[in-house]
Amino acid sequence: MGRYVIRRLLQMIPVFIGSTFLIFFMVYALGDPVAALFGDRAPDPATAQRIRHDLYLDHSLGAQYLHYMKNIFVGDFGTAFNGEAVTSLMGSAFPVTIRLTIVAIIFEIIIGIALGVITGMRRGKPVDTGVLLLTLVVISVPTFVTGYVLQYVFGVRLGWTAPSVSPGAPFNELVLPGLVLALVSLAYVTRLTRTSIAENTRADYVRTAIAKGLPRRRVIVRHLLRNSLIPVVTFIGTDIGALMGGAIVTERIFNIHGVGYQLYQGILRNNAPTVVGFVTVLVLVFLLANLLVDLLYAVLDPRIRYA
Amino acid sequence: MPDGNDPLEPVDPGQAIAPGGGYGGGMDLAASDAQALEHPPGTGQDAGGPTGKPRSLWSDAWRDLRRNPVFIISALIILFLVFIAIWPGSITTQDPLKADLARSMDGPAPGHPFGFDSQGRDVYTRMVYGARASVTVGVCATAGVVILGSVLGGLAGFFGGWWDAILSRISDVFFGIPVILGGLVFLSVVTNSTVWPVIGFMVLLGWPQIARIARGSVITARQNDYVQAARALGAGNRRMLVRHIAPNAVAPVIVVGTIALGTYIALEATLSYLGVGLKPPTVSWGIDISDASTEIRDAPHMLLWPAGALSLTVLAFIMLGDAVRDALDPKLR
Repeated sequence: MGRYVIRRLLQMIPVFIGSTFLIFFMVYALGDPVAALFGDRAPDPATAQRIRHDLYLDHSLGAQYLHYMKNIFVGDFGTAFNGEAVTSLMGSAFPVTIRLTIVAIIFEIIIGIALGVITGMRRGKPVDTGVLLLTLVVISVPTFVTGYVLQYVFGVRLGWTAPSVSPGAPFNELVLPGLVLALVSLAYVTRLTRTSIAENTRADYVRTAIAKGLPRRRVIVRHLLRNSLIPVVTFIGTDIGALMGGAIVTERIFNIHGVGYQLYQGILRNNAPTVVGFVTVLVLVFLLANLLVDLLYAVLDPRIRYA
Repeated sequence: MPDGNDPLEPVDPGQAIAPGGGYGGGMDLAASDAQALEHPPGTGQDAGGPTGKPRSLWSDAWRDLRRNPVFIISALIILFLVFIAIWPGSITTQDPLKADLARSMDGPAPGHPFGFDSQGRDVYTRMVYGARASVTVGVCATAGVVILGSVLGGLAGFFGGWWDAILSRISDVFFGIPVILGGLVFLSVVTNSTVWPVIGFMVLLGWPQIARIARGSVITARQNDYVQAARALGAGNRRMLVRHIAPNAVAPVIVVGTIALGTYIALEATLSYLGVGLKPPTVSWGIDISDASTEIRDAPHMLLWPAGALSLTVLAFIMLGDAVRDALDPKLR
């Protein structure tokens, strides 16, 4: 196990370098951060030259990337163009998005798996067909449409929750945004669980468990679920990164000042240090989540042994 | 085309449906049709047919699909969408760009069944013309992703070794970038306002998904006894791949491709909503929804019609993929 973890961590290095370099390339080479500083006006060439030098932008792209990475390892993510350190932006943005993601994941696990088990056990029955159709509709309606409609219905019309979230973003205000963020993934979790359960109900070991006379509940929880949840766990694990990166839309609708909000502002204004810094951290989160998922495999499925 | 000065110039209707023949995951579905036609339903349809020739997975699936109402409904919706994407002028006579500010956000009026948007443009006409951008992006992006992904992933699964290792790491790199985020970064620097940057971006970030699935199903297929038998009989790599592995590994790719087509349409709308996807004067549901979102309290009809059209389109492709999956997966029969 220990050797496996080390091997995986080593494998992460090229992926991490590749992803961050790709983003770095897109932000610094395709866009022009210095021109963006001046908005619509053309910068004075001497000033632009000076800024370029100060920001280490007058070196080759590879050198810039190395310089940036060297700073990251000592915790220096650079300074946003408004003078605020990127790390302090992160300090205020990440807790908010992490809370939002936690709410979304809880929705996915509780509602998604429950619906998946119910429909998987009753394949072809009206409940199954109904839920299945509902998941299709949920998947088909884009997040920004459900977001606005739910905000309008629950926030404006019914007044059950605040239509937009306050800067502190406590958990109770994040319930509706969390649900909106989770909805599409929730539908996928339901369908994945359903398929997996339906496939495994016919497996020999389930028949054996029933034949042994085990109570239905024990068969489902100990035998069926344990095997069926392996693909679901993978999905939810990889979804953590997608949710944190995809929160841009939800955060924009509900005016949540999290990672998505900062990134969106950063991208619109071509604020290169903010964008590259945030994306780097998100990529890291995504990679670690994937590693964690692979390790969870071994816990859930004793057939898998990592040497 | 009603006349020469079509407002949607950047999108060539000829190109719009070319790669996929108007179908999701076009290449592979076309292949499956061709295979189904080797055993025409007319001869092999009843109880295995007079010749007693065994039915293939594909003709079996086609028999199932023709009787599946979900498939028929979604296929009809998609055919209709493709039709209006090519000839939007056939069901509306108005100009989607004609603005009459005096009627801004007005409700339905004679000749304008869905009312007007904030700039006084006809919501119905814009809804009809919006299909073209969505269908073009969906079909082209899926065709690109399926071709690139299944070739790279299939070869990695078949040959394994260093090629597999390199490809897996490369696809990990693209997997590591959240889609919407990558779209914002990549497309915010592109000034070209046609559909092609959006399609190019989707292919760039989408192929690892198909590659992984193709790789997995090729690995499963090549372990089958009949492939080992073919190898023992001296079949070359090329023959094993084309004759034995590809037909048995392509089903998951088709299913995921069809469903992905729906999600690419939704992704295009999301990117357009965020202001980096398609840009005016291209008519896109995402742009219209974005414009309408600020007026949702005063004029919900502006948001609901394009949102409904978008959702129905995505739903049709996802339902089609679902029906095809059910037909192709013998395990679930």
